[in-house]
Amino acid sequence: MQEKEIRSLIEQVREGALPRRQFIGRMVAAGLTAPMAGTLLLSAGVAQAQSTLPYKPTKRGGGGLLKVIYWQGAVHLNPHYAGGTKDQDASRIFYEPLAGWDTEGNLIPCLAADIPTRANGGLAADGRSVTWKLKQGVSWHDGKPFTADDVVFTAAYAGDPAAAMVTVAAYKDIKIVKVDDYTVRVEFPRPTPFWSEPLTGIVGCIVPKHVFEPFMGAKSRENPANLKPVGTGPYKLVDFKPGDMLRAEANKSYHVANQPYFDALEIKGGGDATSAARAVLQTGEYDIGWNLAVEDDILKRLEASGKGRMAFYEGSDIEFVLLNVTDPWKEVDGERASAKSRHPAFSDKAVRDAMSLLIDRKGIAEVIYGRGAITTANFLNNPPRYRSANTSYEFSIDKANQVLEAAGWKKGADGIRAKGDVKLKFVFQTSVSSPRQKCQAIIKDACSKAGIDLELKSVVAAVYFGGDFANPDTYQKFWADMEMYTTTMTQPDPQFFMEQFTTAQIAQKANKWASRNLSRWSNAEYDATFKAAQVELDPAKRAAMFVKLNDLVVADKHIIPLFARPRPYGIGNKLNPVLSAWDNMTWALGYWSKDT
Amino acid sequence: MLNYILRRLMIALPSLLGISLVLFVVLALAPGDPFEELATNPNVPPEVRMALRAQFGLDDPVWQRYVHWLTSMLKGDWGFSFVSRIDVDELIAQRIPVTLAVIGASQVVALLIALPVGVLAAVKPYSWFDRIASTLAFVGFSLPTFFTGILFILLFSIQLGWLPFVFRSDLSETGWAWWLEQIKQSIMPVMVLALFQAASWMRYVRSSVLDVIRLDYVTTARSKGLKESVVINKHVVRNAMIPVVTLIALQLPQLFGGAIVTEQIFRIPGIGSLLIDAILRNDTPVVMAITFVLSALVILFNLLADVVYGWLDPRISYR
Repeated sequence: MQEKEIRSLIEQVREGALPRRQFIGRMVAAGLTAPMAGTLLLSAGVAQAQSTLPYKPTKRGGGGLLKVIYWQGAVHLNPHYAGGTKDQDASRIFYEPLAGWDTEGNLIPCLAADIPTRANGGLAADGRSVTWKLKQGVSWHDGKPFTADDVVFTAAYAGDPAAAMVTVAAYKDIKIVKVDDYTVRVEFPRPTPFWSEPLTGIVGCIVPKHVFEPFMGAKSRENPANLKPVGTGPYKLVDFKPGDMLRAEANKSYHVANQPYFDALEIKGGGDATSAARAVLQTGEYDIGWNLAVEDDILKRLEASGKGRMAFYEGSDIEFVLLNVTDPWKEVDGERASAKSRHPAFSDKAVRDAMSLLIDRKGIAEVIYGRGAITTANFLNNPPRYRSANTSYEFSIDKANQVLEAAGWKKGADGIRAKGDVKLKFVFQTSVSSPRQKCQAIIKDACSKAGIDLELKSVVAAVYFGGDFANPDTYQKFWADMEMYTTTMTQPDPQFFMEQFTTAQIAQKANKWASRNLSRWSNAEYDATFKAAQVELDPAKRAAMFVKLNDLVVADKHIIPLFARPRPYGIGNKLNPVLSAWDNMTWALGYWSKDT
Repeated sequence: MLNYILRRLMIALPSLLGISLVLFVVLALAPGDPFEELATNPNVPPEVRMALRAQFGLDDPVWQRYVHWLTSMLKGDWGFSFVSRIDVDELIAQRIPVTLAVIGASQVVALLIALPVGVLAAVKPYSWFDRIASTLAFVGFSLPTFFTGILFILLFSIQLGWLPFVFRSDLSETGWAWWLEQIKQSIMPVMVLALFQAASWMRYVRSSVLDVIRLDYVTTARSKGLKESVVINKHVVRNAMIPVVTLIALQLPQLFGGAIVTEQIFRIPGIGSLLIDAILRNDTPVVMAITFVLSALVILFNLLADVVYGWLDPRISYR
């Protein structure tokens, strides 16, 4: 998709010829995120479809108890500590950002009075600053007023490297200036096209200065507020038991009229996903269940009892297969899979093409994941991808055989193809999980029919994803020929996501394998385009660049995307939650209500 | 006697030290990282994880970390949870009431079942009652708790819909409603654990009573014309209980350790589920604290059992 095409699509939305939702769907299919697509429209002067969320109740309270079940318990309630969704979701109940992302990529104001645009003077023309107007009359749970000082403080608190906050990346280079009590200006060191990253979503959760100021930097872990939050959210903490349970009550002075609907809230953590699904869908003991990653057959059987339904929110968590660019079996300069080496078989494009042809994405998605995987909407699929879902990827053993034959890979006596002394025998690793092992087996079966022998290896998730640089089996080291895992694009802007294929990000000994380019793919054109996209201020131009980046990676076939994994929620029949694939489960908790 | 206790305590110290050393080294050698969650979240720069590792001393050599742990443990500092970022003793203290309530209740129920059934079965060996009780006991301890637990859930929660299967440690109800809710949610886990325990204890009680009931002094008591109930209660059961009491004393540390499997099934936030969570998340300070306290309790209760044994049976002397 070229820049011109993007611009014409935006025009079509403006004229009403193209529905907004369809535009966003297309941009997501082309490798962008819904928030980025929403921002594209916003900056082109197309008003947001909605600036408020649906909410039926006409008075505060009266909704009784809302019961939420997680199969992992939150362990603390500081949004800037929270690396995992369970902790983020729990802290998001109490803390709010200036704005959050709805599932269609609209920015919905929360602690902000409105969303900055070029038209309202919020966005500077040079892309170096953005001015946020804050909502007035908001008070913290302890009664103190919320002002610009808290916003300025939050940036300093999270941006302090000594505190090792997980949100540090969004704040360490920017400056936030107080203009007046209810206005702040974010100043970026360079033109920043995606201005809405800081202060929105989980990264943007504002903490009260008067509570957190005594615990800056390394002292932050001693802060009692890490377990007893003082926020602005719709519910106030009653009691919290780390790893187990959280109770909260309605915040009677919440800053949104008639909210919250529920009088109290209870989140239970622990146990396993299947029994959590049971508690929502079959017995109705709970109103909503988080991340019910359970086999679809079981979910359907549980849903049959009629107490609840499953809802799948499509974000951009993607299951990939990576073909190693480097040779994991030889040491170069004392390093296995050194960036200086070349993989003996995968350096041949024909072999990579064949591998891509041998993965039955559709079959795998249907057999193993059911509604839990979406092959057709996968953003990293090959072109032509905007017309038909059926042509966007191909599974053909015959074609793979032809491709390999033509490239000179001949079958030996043992049925395995070889060229010279290189045999098509690969080690394929992934984490231990029943669907992944089934998936491995399906791929192995297809490969064996094309004369490729796969040795399957599965590593316990704690080790595989553990990031321990002394361990040879981590996914970061990738000391195997092929591997598979899910990568999450939780941030609203694809820039950070796309950075993982740049040369600078190659995971190797020198950086303790702590960076993100695991296949060690390197492409000069990619690096140059990425660099340009970082500072491109014209959103349409920038979007076209990301589409190009995406095409470059996918066309080279070292990265073979399988399918998107939508977020599975179990929802009780009467509950009306407001969920989003681009923000936390509890991002709009105030808007939740229940039919009586 | 005092001498004996002191000597036993002196022996216990090196074994505790040894246990702690082995535990620590095994945990240090085990793969994994407490900040794994951060490693898999691409939003978090790797420097954050490195900084946290350094802050918590994870990059130091194992012996240095062990010495550090030991000295602070001696000073009464149990350490700081990597994952929850609060003190370990606070974390454990939160879990103790539930553990004691559920496991304690199950042990009491088990005893209430095992004692009368075991004694009755032994008084009339090979009667119908004995046969049925023994068969049930075999069934009881052959079925693992995870199986009976799920069976109970299927029957009472899903088919009948009488009982909740998610345990809420922190009920929002008050007064009588609180007690009702508490009892409703405790019935299944307590019974699962109790039935399992009762099955094996019943066998012990039965064989122990059988041993005693054939002795001459019981015949003498009967020929004196004592009532059968007095013979059983005062003469037989009292003496038969000596080995049983020891057995129960040895099991008491379990009260602290919790029941890992059952706690997981019913989502009971006890020490057992804390331990398993901590192991899965590589939260070494928590794992160390729980396992260490557990081993200390085992050693202590062993000693206690020996002492109680002597008190119950004056023929045993300590040297």
